[in-house]
Amino acid sequence: MKISYREAMREAMREALATDPRVFLMGEDVGRYGGSYAVSKGFLEEFGPERIRDTPLSELAFVGAGIGAALGGMRPIVEVMTVNFSLLALDQIVNSAAALRHMSGGQFSVPLVIRMTTGAGRQLAAQHSHSLENWYAHVPGIRVLAPATIADARGMLAPALADPDPVIIFEHAQLYNMEDELRNDWQCDIGTARVRREGSQVSLITYGGSLPKTMQAATELAEAGISAEVVDLRVLRPLDSETIIASVQKTRRAVVVDEGWRSGSLAAEISARIMEQAFYELDAPVERVCSEEVPIPYAKHLEEAALPQVFKIVSAAKAVMGKS
Amino acid sequence: MIAFKLPSLGADMDEGTLLEWRVKPGDQVKRGDVVAVVDTTKTAVDVEIWETGTLFEILVHPGEKIPVGTVIATLLAPGEVLSPGEIPPARIAEPAATGVSQRRPVSPAARKHAEELGVNLDQVTGTGPGGAVTVEDVIKAAGGHPQDKAADMRRTIAIAMSRSKREIPHYYLSETIALGNAVAWLSKVNADRPVIERILMAALFLKAVARAAGQYPEMNGFYRDGQFSQAAAVHVGVAISLRGAALGGGLIAPALHDVAEKTPGEVMKGLSNLVQRARAGSLKSSELSDPTITVTNLGDQGVESVFGVIYPPQVALVGFGRICERPWALNGEIKLMPVVTASLAADHRVSDGHRGALFLARIRELLLRPEDL
Amino acid sequence: MEDIRAVVIATLKKIAPEVEEQELKDDSPLRSQVDLDSMDWLNFLIALHGSLSIDIPEADYARLITLSDLVDYLKTKI
Repeated sequence: MKISYREAMREAMREALATDPRVFLMGEDVGRYGGSYAVSKGFLEEFGPERIRDTPLSELAFVGAGIGAALGGMRPIVEVMTVNFSLLALDQIVNSAAALRHMSGGQFSVPLVIRMTTGAGRQLAAQHSHSLENWYAHVPGIRVLAPATIADARGMLAPALADPDPVIIFEHAQLYNMEDELRNDWQCDIGTARVRREGSQVSLITYGGSLPKTMQAATELAEAGISAEVVDLRVLRPLDSETIIASVQKTRRAVVVDEGWRSGSLAAEISARIMEQAFYELDAPVERVCSEEVPIPYAKHLEEAALPQVFKIVSAAKAVMGKS
Repeated sequence: MIAFKLPSLGADMDEGTLLEWRVKPGDQVKRGDVVAVVDTTKTAVDVEIWETGTLFEILVHPGEKIPVGTVIATLLAPGEVLSPGEIPPARIAEPAATGVSQRRPVSPAARKHAEELGVNLDQVTGTGPGGAVTVEDVIKAAGGHPQDKAADMRRTIAIAMSRSKREIPHYYLSETIALGNAVAWLSKVNADRPVIERILMAALFLKAVARAAGQYPEMNGFYRDGQFSQAAAVHVGVAISLRGAALGGGLIAPALHDVAEKTPGEVMKGLSNLVQRARAGSLKSSELSDPTITVTNLGDQGVESVFGVIYPPQVALVGFGRICERPWALNGEIKLMPVVTASLAADHRVSDGHRGALFLARIRELLLRPEDL
Repeated sequence: MEDIRAVVIATLKKIAPEVEEQELKDDSPLRSQVDLDSMDWLNFLIALHGSLSIDIPEADYARLITLSDLVDYLKTKI
């Protein structure tokens, strides 16, 4: 049966809420409104206000409360409306959640899951559209996930809740309406990258909302006679270097597709790792397809121009093949 | 100005990849000099030039694949001088300057591969971004992927043999030939020779076929455009299997020139040299393009008889099977005799069975009197 | 005299580079194992002559069937 990414995520949360009494959901508009992206629709009626808690508009406060609950033995799922707003909670996430295990000499752990949307493409302009996954992927002490398929949307939450340390799940807003078959083998790990399409001539390395565009680009490249492999990172921290390097060793060329800004991006980190670990296997410099370095524009044509698009991925792949 | 074109290196060749130039602009060349090495799908070939003069400009660079007939270089005829206005600009593409360095771009992987394969990067044309040399370019310069080579060769053989079976109405004849005299003669001759000068029966077979072909011209020549033209000399194409069964092996049939005029010892020397070069991939272009009749010899590890497929546009192929001992009636007695089955596959558009039979019988007679060969 | 066998195998590899030493059987006919035709065989003997300075007369070919035959024969000649 085909289900949407939104439904897959909702199923994952429903299962967690139904099977573990320590799990509760907290965030802006998650209760009465059913979630800004309708992921928790119906939960308030199903699980009641004790476990589905609407919060005031203070990310610092409710993320901090989530950390406290986790320290106290609960398994909170905190929803932050967008990654842009999560910056208000950076202090709680970076200085508290990520650091407490280290600072307490292992006495405390923070088994918190923070879900947040990320990414552009819906004309929500510069305060609701950014991709700041790399800010979190920079920080030791937290695990960062980017489910980009229906199966990962369904499967990643349970191991994230089981993780004794904080886990951040990035849900790209453009993915919620995506539909696909949910096969029975949706259970998954939260440690490895996956090859989503095998190829032999160029590795397209991406994650999150850019995966569907990259898959489309690989199809177009195949029509142009170029065999592209698509690597979905899935886990942005810790990065699965092994899968990335194995793919690049095979294809000898890499294009990293990342909706973040180029400077200091995850794409930069991946490119650096390829240089460090596979320099002598490379047949061309690594290319990056990132967002233009501007605040994401409101106007539709400008927003599209600012983001990675299929044609940009195709042309970067052709460039590393020497076929521009 | 003389245009030097890529010659055809056999009926089944319509393009080649230039591997290497052996000369550079300004060098004097004369008829018969090897000037370049070109990879056909079968093997690397030393290309000879048929003009005398001074090499002026190289137009095709290593790594480029070009059709037969493409002008690959120009020559100045002896005494020819160009006025300064006629000197064309250098056409060797310089890699685009990046503004940072004039160093030729070579990918790290290509550099590593070139070192491992012993390829000189100066000889490799780059096809990567900005003209950078890539791994593929290096592998191509080193002779290509072995699997690809094997597949290419299979395809090449398939094309030529399919054409042969489609176009040539073959007829077949065979004859068992007593080799008692030949074997005795050879062991006598070889007994006095150091190992390096020993003669194999194959040399006698080639010699006998060449002599017979000279007397039966309808077996020796080419059928083209609906008519037969006989060849002036007998250049015997020797079917040589290339080693490496794991890669699909392969077959090539270069010419041994003017076999009829050579002594058996000379034929042997020529054959030995030809086999060695065929396997090393250094045959000359003329050897591939001008065999007038082919001999296939299954050798002593094979079976008793072979009925071959004619290599177009030739019109005949003589096959020899394994030499084995059989009971043989001679002068009213039965005795053990080394024998070989010789076969003829010939083109019925050019000759008939009767002439074919006389030709094969002539080969038998020649082999019965090896001392006269 | 293990080194005679080593020389023989090294020489064989010059003629038939695809030969894998561990796959060679000492006691089965060498020429059919390695697919040596008469030209290969002659070149092999020429190369052996070069490395060991032993001339093998044609009359002795019939005795040299297996790798062991050849090694034993060469030992008597050296």
